[in-house]
Amino acid sequence: MMLYTMKKQLTAVAFSMLLGLTATAAMAAGDADTPLFNVDINVFDVASIQKGARTFTDYCLGCHSAGYMRFKRLARDLGYSEEEVEQYLLPPGRELGNTMDSAMSSELGTELFGIEPPDLSLVARSRGEQWLYSYFLSFYQDDERSLGWNNTVFPNASMPHVLWELQGTQVLAQQPAEHGEEHAAGDEQHDEHSGHPNPADQFELLEPGLQSPEEYRRTIQDLVTFLVYLSEPAQLQRHSLGIWVILFLVIFTFIAWLLKAEYWRDIH
Amino acid sequence: MARPASSMRSQITALGNWVDKRLPVTSFWRDHLSEYYAPKNFNFWYFFGSLALLVLVNQIVTGIFLTMQYKPSAEEAFASVEFIMRDVPMGWLIRYLHSTGASAFFVVIYLHMFRALLYGSYKTPRELIWIFGMLIYVVLMAEAFMGYVLPWGQMSYWGAQVIISLFGAIPDLGFISGEGLVDWIRGDYSVSDATLNRFFALHVIALPLALLMLVLLHLTALHQVGSNNPDGIEIKEHKDADGKPVDGIPFHPYYTVKDLFGVGVFMLLFAFIIFYAPDGGGLLLEHDNFVPADPLVTPAHIKPVWYFTPFFAILKAVPDKLGGVLVMGLAIVVLFLLPWLDRSRVKSIRYKGWPSKIALAIFAISFVRLGMLGIGEGTPEQLRESQVWTIIYFAFFITMPFISRMEKTRPVPERVTSSH
Repeated sequence: MMLYTMKKQLTAVAFSMLLGLTATAAMAAGDADTPLFNVDINVFDVASIQKGARTFTDYCLGCHSAGYMRFKRLARDLGYSEEEVEQYLLPPGRELGNTMDSAMSSELGTELFGIEPPDLSLVARSRGEQWLYSYFLSFYQDDERSLGWNNTVFPNASMPHVLWELQGTQVLAQQPAEHGEEHAAGDEQHDEHSGHPNPADQFELLEPGLQSPEEYRRTIQDLVTFLVYLSEPAQLQRHSLGIWVILFLVIFTFIAWLLKAEYWRDIH
Repeated sequence: MARPASSMRSQITALGNWVDKRLPVTSFWRDHLSEYYAPKNFNFWYFFGSLALLVLVNQIVTGIFLTMQYKPSAEEAFASVEFIMRDVPMGWLIRYLHSTGASAFFVVIYLHMFRALLYGSYKTPRELIWIFGMLIYVVLMAEAFMGYVLPWGQMSYWGAQVIISLFGAIPDLGFISGEGLVDWIRGDYSVSDATLNRFFALHVIALPLALLMLVLLHLTALHQVGSNNPDGIEIKEHKDADGKPVDGIPFHPYYTVKDLFGVGVFMLLFAFIIFYAPDGGGLLLEHDNFVPADPLVTPAHIKPVWYFTPFFAILKAVPDKLGGVLVMGLAIVVLFLLPWLDRSRVKSIRYKGWPSKIALAIFAISFVRLGMLGIGEGTPEQLRESQVWTIIYFAFFITMPFISRMEKTRPVPERVTSSH
């Protein structure tokens, strides 16, 4: 009887510690202070990574580097032949074994933007996919900025809206959505289920671009999928290898349990 | 001409004897495994001792492979870690086993320590085992802190800046001053290449050596007096005609096979995290640490990794810098004193009174809650709550001598009550 209550107590303690850890993870994750768009990124969608990679080399690689990533690795993971990489992704004068360095010198970058455009190899790991997705959807025209653009997710960012020709020109909505201000001041993430306003309500499309809003969102989703892949190429391997390791460990643990049970049969 | 098999066997036996005369292999095996008697009633909590050895070996082996590619210089450190993650075959696995393994080490150690609190494993005659264990814990904290600096990300850099600057709280005492001490630790006037280089030296040589020697002392002291058990009974007090403890069983094969099963379960859980959530959503590898160290840009929110946050919360709870450092130090030092704070007649929580049980439960909650608060951004509410839990944390130790001596304990059985 006493043993039973003892066990219950221990279980309770172990359980509360586990709960504590989970709650801690939640606390650590929830420190964004801008309403963010929601997106589900599937890093195993190779077609999406391919499309994102082409947007990246077309629009980003001119100023930003991905200096820890090699074109060769990209070819291998994306299932491209070397010819395809050269055709779609490799800027002129680069070789497959090269890392994805920007064509622009850091001096020129500093001169143009006041700051060297950061390396993007790991940006998805430091910023997170929701933030990146929201960032690309939140550029708006602002004549007070030297390059004419501002961003609600990253106020006064030095980067102009490079994808402007695709998205078109947005401005801040004249009448911000009812809870807009209160929301911007709060520290909760946007959540469609909790009745918070849609972050898209902040903007009005002044001039349409080459893509419809839906197409543009898809382009950005692909780009972010690529950035997530770029931040840890090994994650493709990691998930598939993990299954085998776990399968092995299940068998190993089962045999170890049988061995234990066999040896302990005579212990009372 | 081929020799008959029996002659081959006798030659192997002869070789064994030859070695045994010169090195005590057989007697060591007997004394520490096949005839080392452990209580037969170890429960779940007793897996964490052998698991601590496993995670230690994991850190050392993966660490050796990481040092083959890692570059301990401020210029190259961050890039060399990414090189390991991307260009070294299976480098990502070795790196995650090491970086996430550090968190696993602390999970195991915290549960191992909690076991000692549950069953009074620190009490007479096991005070030295506890002291050596606490020293391992302190060295492990230094080891983990310096290891976290090596990837040279933003949190590595600014975490080091904050933690080292704590020594600056020491006032100028003439022969030593806080500021002089801080410069001496950094080897420079700010955290720099010199700091990284010496932390690397300490992380891969000095502290692992200290850890291994302390583990040896911890185990030697354990085998001198024998293991405690969930009933807190000394099995050596009941021996059979051959002088073997009746409630004891040889460590090998009984606990080697049982621990093998524990190793399997642990590795399963560990593999799930390594392969499917190696950064623990930012808890085990922090988001900011994927940005290279930049002395000119201070991150908005500097905090240590989760295993230090209970003490970080205590540090922040005290409004005064020197006071905070002292109270935080005391929170660790007081753990060393447990063997003398616990004045109970019984060892195990099973036979202590309800006040001890409640005190231990609240203490465990205070530690977990302080850990959660230490991760937070330090809002005024969080600081106030940290103060409350800090008081509760210390209240556990302050009230222990009285509660443990005055409460009504239950009679301890003569023999252990359960097995498996």
